[in-house]
Amino acid sequence: MEGLYAFCVGLLTACGIFLTLRGRSFSVVIGLTLLSYAVNLFLFASGRLKLNAAAVLGESEQYSDPLPQALVLTAIVIGFAMTAFAVILAMRARADLGNDHVDGNLPKLPSEVSNKSSGGNK
Amino acid sequence: MQHLSIFPILIPLLFGAIMLLPPISRDINSQRISSVIGTLFLLISSALLLYQIDTTGTELYALGSWQAPFGIVLVADRVSSLLVLLTSFLGFAVMLYAIAGKDKGGAYFHPLFMFQLMGINGAFLTGDIFNLFVFFEVLLIASYALLIHAGGKQKTQATVHYVILNLVGSSLFLFGLGILYGTLGTLNMADMAIKVGQLQGENATLAKTGALFLLVVFGLKAAMLPMHFWLPKTYASASAPVAALFAIMTKVGLYSIFRVYTVIFGEHAGELENIATPWLWPLALLTITIGSIGVLASPSVRTLSANLVIVSSGSLLACAAINSVEATSAALYYMVHSTLASAALFLLADLISRQRGQAEDRFVKSRMFTQPKLMGFAFAIVALSLVGMPPFSGFVGKVMILQATQSSVQTMWVWPLILIGSLGALVTFSRAGTTLFWRHSGSTSNDAEPASKSEIAAVALLLLAAPVLVVFGGAITEYTLQAATALHDIQSSAYDLIPGVSR
Repeated sequence: MEGLYAFCVGLLTACGIFLTLRGRSFSVVIGLTLLSYAVNLFLFASGRLKLNAAAVLGESEQYSDPLPQALVLTAIVIGFAMTAFAVILAMRARADLGNDHVDGNLPKLPSEVSNKSSGGNK
Repeated sequence: MQHLSIFPILIPLLFGAIMLLPPISRDINSQRISSVIGTLFLLISSALLLYQIDTTGTELYALGSWQAPFGIVLVADRVSSLLVLLTSFLGFAVMLYAIAGKDKGGAYFHPLFMFQLMGINGAFLTGDIFNLFVFFEVLLIASYALLIHAGGKQKTQATVHYVILNLVGSSLFLFGLGILYGTLGTLNMADMAIKVGQLQGENATLAKTGALFLLVVFGLKAAMLPMHFWLPKTYASASAPVAALFAIMTKVGLYSIFRVYTVIFGEHAGELENIATPWLWPLALLTITIGSIGVLASPSVRTLSANLVIVSSGSLLACAAINSVEATSAALYYMVHSTLASAALFLLADLISRQRGQAEDRFVKSRMFTQPKLMGFAFAIVALSLVGMPPFSGFVGKVMILQATQSSVQTMWVWPLILIGSLGALVTFSRAGTTLFWRHSGSTSNDAEPASKSEIAAVALLLLAAPVLVVFGGAITEYTLQAATALHDIQSSAYDLIPGVSR
């Protein structure tokens, strides 16, 4: 169980980091969302994974640590609000700057650059 | 008073919430009045808190009476109450500036400003590391919205970078917290400090990973070297009152570094003793270097003050790296000085750019000021204070940092960098001053509006701090020394804060 769980968290984090490093705001927002999912799962696991253990005393023979669940709940709420803000900001940036690149201006493709320089030479 | 330590969080929360409700939310004038009253209340309660802490010692406030380490506590000690007072004073002065017209650029300026103050004060006061994360988010989400206040291409672009970086930072913060909770089993900072010494082997390595994750996050907030690229653009594009308020934001990161790496991972942390020091040293020195280069290369007053913020962050990080009582005391003094002085420069930059027409605050030949004497005096005081020349507070702060170095190796690295950095600032300020005030073309512009009374009052309040910090230097340094001693003493910074636990 632990191995599978760790693998999932790792995969989500890796995808999140990869997407956050992309240049377009859409993939960055998706990346941030994946990263926050990974964080939520990770926080949940910080109280150790247990089967058949309720977080309430007396409900089952074993009990699990209830604090990480409270932390995850807080993290979900905050992460949700932040993602909503990032989406709105990305739309605003698209409208204000005229493109969806995170730097606000599109980098020139190599082909365009070479076309221009050859055009100038003629 | 028993509840005094929660007032700096409750007052801005209440005023911010009230200002969102109909009778006040529709009318800018009543918003302005309630903002000024709110920040004034905040200032008074923070001053009372500081006085109370200074006379009776550290105060613990258990929220909902859930005792530490199980509930969340607010810890008002000398360090946090000093920084809360600094925030409240800055908030009051900046609000005086904003009500002259800068708050009309967009909706909800006043409530957001209050929530920002609430987040900053909460981050300083809390004794629980997850609660620190929550207050970080409170201050961040308010700062996102404030940064884009009044709109414009530059602001949107800067905000996109700032928001994305800080969202990644928040994720890292939570990863770090998850690891630390998994290994230590507690989130109360004092309790963590007590338990961290017992960690061994695998768990110690894990906790070290978590702790260094946190260092990255705090470094991002404090503009530590590889994470400083966002700062100049963000601060230079923000509207003046927002940029001035942001002067305290890097200090929140620095405060967290001092708190976490002195108390939790300090001298009593067993295998994890002083884990941040080897990282802080080179990064602090490089931050000062890069900041100084930025200062020399600045084309406008706003960029100059943003780069000076980086230099002061570097100096404070160097204090954190020296890691002694004297260095922490120097850092506290320097924090107060640099926050107020750079906030004053941000406000002044706005006044300057308003009176120079097209040239704004760039260092180019332009028309004359409408109020040359006022601007000149204010600029000279800020410049002397930020360069670190007597008789102003920058001098005392820098001397304290220089005196705090302990070995000849430290002296060899810290002295030249800080002194050359000051020289760089001096060169840039001289260049800026001569161009701004002595090289004119044509007459004054007719459409330039002179600075209003409340704007002058705001700048004067911030400038007044420079001589006041020197005149009352003895009392203030004594206070910071006591604060630093308490922070470095594990008995007063950890064991005293957990009822029923003794060494």
